[in-house]
Amino acid sequence: MSDTATSDHATTTGMSHNKLAMWVFLGSECLLFGALISTYLVYRGRFATGPAPGDIFDIPFTSVSSFVLLMSSLTMVLALSAIKRGDLRNNRLWLLTTALLGSLFIGGQVYEFTTFFREGLGYTTSPFSSAFFTLTGFHGVHVSLGILMLMSMFISSLRGSLRKEHSETVEIIGLYWHFVDIVWIFIFTVIYLVPSPTS
Amino acid sequence: MTATTPVEDVVDQPLGVYTRPRGGNGWRDWVTTVDHKKIGILYGVAALFFFVVGGIEALLIRLQLATPNGTVLGADMYNQVFTMHGVTMIFLAAMPLSAAFANYLIPLQIGARDVAFPRLNALSFWVFLAGGIVLNLSWVLGGAPDGGWFGYAPNTGIVFSPSPGMDFYALGLQITGVASLMSSINLTVTILNMRAPGMTLFRMPVFTWMMLVTQLLLVFAMPVIAVALFLLAFSRLFGARFFDPSVGGDALLWQHLFWIFGHPEVYILILPSFGIISEVIPTFSRKPIFGYPFMVFSGIAIGFMGWGVWAHHMFVSGIGPISVAAFSLSTMFIAVPTGVKILNWMATMWGGRIKFSAPMLFAVGVVSMFTIGGLSGVTHAISPADTQQTDTYYIVAHFHYVIFGGIIFGLFAGLYFWWPKVFGHMLSDLIGKVNFWVMLVGFNLTFGPMHVLGLQGMSRRIDSYSPGFGFELWNMVSTIGSFLIALSIAIFVVNVIMSAMRARGQAPCGPDPWDARSLEWLTPNPTPVHNFDEVPVVESLDEFWHRKYGTDDDGRVVRVATAEEVCEDGSAVGVHLPSPSFWPIVFASGLPFIALGLIFNLWLTVPGGLLVVMAIYAWIFEPVDDPDAAHGDHDDHGGDEVTADTTEEAPVV
Amino acid sequence: MSTAEITEEHNDVVHDHPSDSKYFQIALILGVLTALEVATYYVDIGPVLIPVLMVMMVVKFFIVAAWFMHLRFDNSLFTKFFVGGLVLAVAVYVIALSTFEFWSKG
Repeated sequence: MSDTATSDHATTTGMSHNKLAMWVFLGSECLLFGALISTYLVYRGRFATGPAPGDIFDIPFTSVSSFVLLMSSLTMVLALSAIKRGDLRNNRLWLLTTALLGSLFIGGQVYEFTTFFREGLGYTTSPFSSAFFTLTGFHGVHVSLGILMLMSMFISSLRGSLRKEHSETVEIIGLYWHFVDIVWIFIFTVIYLVPSPTS
Repeated sequence: MTATTPVEDVVDQPLGVYTRPRGGNGWRDWVTTVDHKKIGILYGVAALFFFVVGGIEALLIRLQLATPNGTVLGADMYNQVFTMHGVTMIFLAAMPLSAAFANYLIPLQIGARDVAFPRLNALSFWVFLAGGIVLNLSWVLGGAPDGGWFGYAPNTGIVFSPSPGMDFYALGLQITGVASLMSSINLTVTILNMRAPGMTLFRMPVFTWMMLVTQLLLVFAMPVIAVALFLLAFSRLFGARFFDPSVGGDALLWQHLFWIFGHPEVYILILPSFGIISEVIPTFSRKPIFGYPFMVFSGIAIGFMGWGVWAHHMFVSGIGPISVAAFSLSTMFIAVPTGVKILNWMATMWGGRIKFSAPMLFAVGVVSMFTIGGLSGVTHAISPADTQQTDTYYIVAHFHYVIFGGIIFGLFAGLYFWWPKVFGHMLSDLIGKVNFWVMLVGFNLTFGPMHVLGLQGMSRRIDSYSPGFGFELWNMVSTIGSFLIALSIAIFVVNVIMSAMRARGQAPCGPDPWDARSLEWLTPNPTPVHNFDEVPVVESLDEFWHRKYGTDDDGRVVRVATAEEVCEDGSAVGVHLPSPSFWPIVFASGLPFIALGLIFNLWLTVPGGLLVVMAIYAWIFEPVDDPDAAHGDHDDHGGDEVTADTTEEAPVV
Repeated sequence: MSTAEITEEHNDVVHDHPSDSKYFQIALILGVLTALEVATYYVDIGPVLIPVLMVMMVVKFFIVAAWFMHLRFDNSLFTKFFVGGLVLAVAVYVIALSTFEFWSKG
């Protein structure tokens, strides 16, 4: 029977196709977020007549949501560790927790966006505002897709079709999730914590 | 969720009310196929179609410029035609034609039964086609893109380009880019992970090596153009201020993002052609490729260095003297690995018993014509000279010598060379030779004079010129040349039709028409659906040749086996292959709706989005293999089948 | 159907992953680093601010990649692809930003 284990052996390098493909994809994603971050960096001082980044960033608030996302990486590895042990109950628990933490982060982002908008920072206000919303928006879409995949796995697990032998699926989606997290580690430092121009 | 999951595992087949497509013939088989060979043919047909479309656009350009104050196209239409000519030729003709060769040949050259992700492969093709359709729909939906294939900001903004053309450009190219990215990940994994026993990296044919470098370039370059196109699309559709100079938007940002993608793109285009002629030249010189490791490493070096030269497209944009000097130097350096390749091809031919069949003529055409283009390229590396040449026809001459001379000739070499592999009959060699000479003459007549025009000061992208500048003669020559190229393409089409008619009712050509060297010729012509009867065990570079030839007691090379003895007969039955699927084409068919919806009416994105989401979920829960399909008794084949049973369990995003 | 046997074999092949308590320790380190990062917002540490932030960021980045994404236990080819993309991205975008004279403007 061709299981993940045996098909691993069948590949030339011994790595599974799926995992290798995910890593190649993540390598590619580095260039995507790099371009978005560079765009932001070029434009962070070009806020025209609108609010400047230094005026509106709410560091304490963003710190909390960054911490939430960071901890979701912990719950993600715990989910993987559980399914590898065959502990499906804990696997579901941690998958759900990860998705909830991710949703909390997205909720925080929605709140942040609406607050900024009320303070006069629309998407079309300035190159800074466009670049900021595009960068964080792209990250938010990545997190949301991750939540969707986590919930799909959670539902599969409830229906009994995500079992110990499928731990690689959890691992690969976990890789994606951690990647989205490390992108935020970068964004949090470079965009929020490094002092921004003020008007 | 893996390939041969037992039936009781397939509880999660939620949309179980559809009929899984089965193999067979007819159009249904083509739209649901996941066979890398059929997908390769689909890529080839689509690419040649778009090649003709782009060619017609080129003829319109040349007609407009044949005489001073041309009136064939108005200025506005001229902008659309030259933009779409570039976009079509690069993204819809050259890249997919390379993808056709990659898809068809990579699994065969490494001894695999298919690619790593067969359904993803089908998806790549259909998404590419969707992108091509979106781009060309612009002709009838308000005007084609008119900002040049490079789309420089702020000229592409809504102020200077009010028609929806550039929206189609941003979204259509985005879609083809997604296709390229998926395909490149798929082929990278295939080459690394699915090689036959004994097929080490340094026993891979040069073609596969060059394709690997190409795929890696695509993996890393496509996201950059994706961001650039998103910024453009968001600026035009949602009013983002990225390229609005009145509030500090910077046109150079676009140029950087575009050319960080755009220069690797040049190598994405040329390396497949280099790979093709690296197979053709040794075969027709009856010698192994000279300096195989140098060929491989120079390809890798080109791949690396291709990332460090992009700003030579921007010497006159005001990036500052330090940047200009640095990029001048790096651009001169990248000529070195390319030169290594040229020397190696010549050394391969040197002392060989050369047979100038049609594929070889085209391959030699690449070596000579690309060298001309390469040398004029070095003149651009010298930035003071480049300052004079920028935006003149000299540049147009240069990149057509590279793209037409280097790429199109190479792709035609590949078409003639592998035609019997794909279709089981040869193209007429005589007509092929005529095809080559007409194309060579036409090509040089078209683009040679552009060097002169450029040095005389004729600007590129202008829709007309006044009499009296000395442009008349060379423009007329160039237009005549372009019609000779069109004639050569017509000759090719005639050759295809006549050869097919002549072959009808006859047995397929023999297994080894060229006395070739690499593994794909081990399978019969045309390739059977399962590729190899038995997965070969590889012992050397040029494995197929070494199975045919050995050395006698005096150390002389002698034939030890006939092709018939060496080649497989394609008689294997019951090989377990991945099943066809509807979902790739369903997924891809949603994308044009989303694109048109973003441009015209957001409600249209709803059916498009639903199609895509439905296809994704149906895809995930569809087993890679239909458990009910008749696979034959696949237990007989032991481990072999795993090569074809590829797993796609993760919902790859 | 010997799923158990197969997965047993599977576990032998794949390197053992750290225990859950190890993951909690790593998360604690990450949490502390984040707290230190945020502290720089409240405490003025002068001109070393940006270098210190960058170092902490890189450390966090690599801890997540090495442990949570278990690159340190996995095939080195994965690391090559990921680090390849990362290094390439940093290189081209730093050069691009340099042409905007981004660094000198501070």
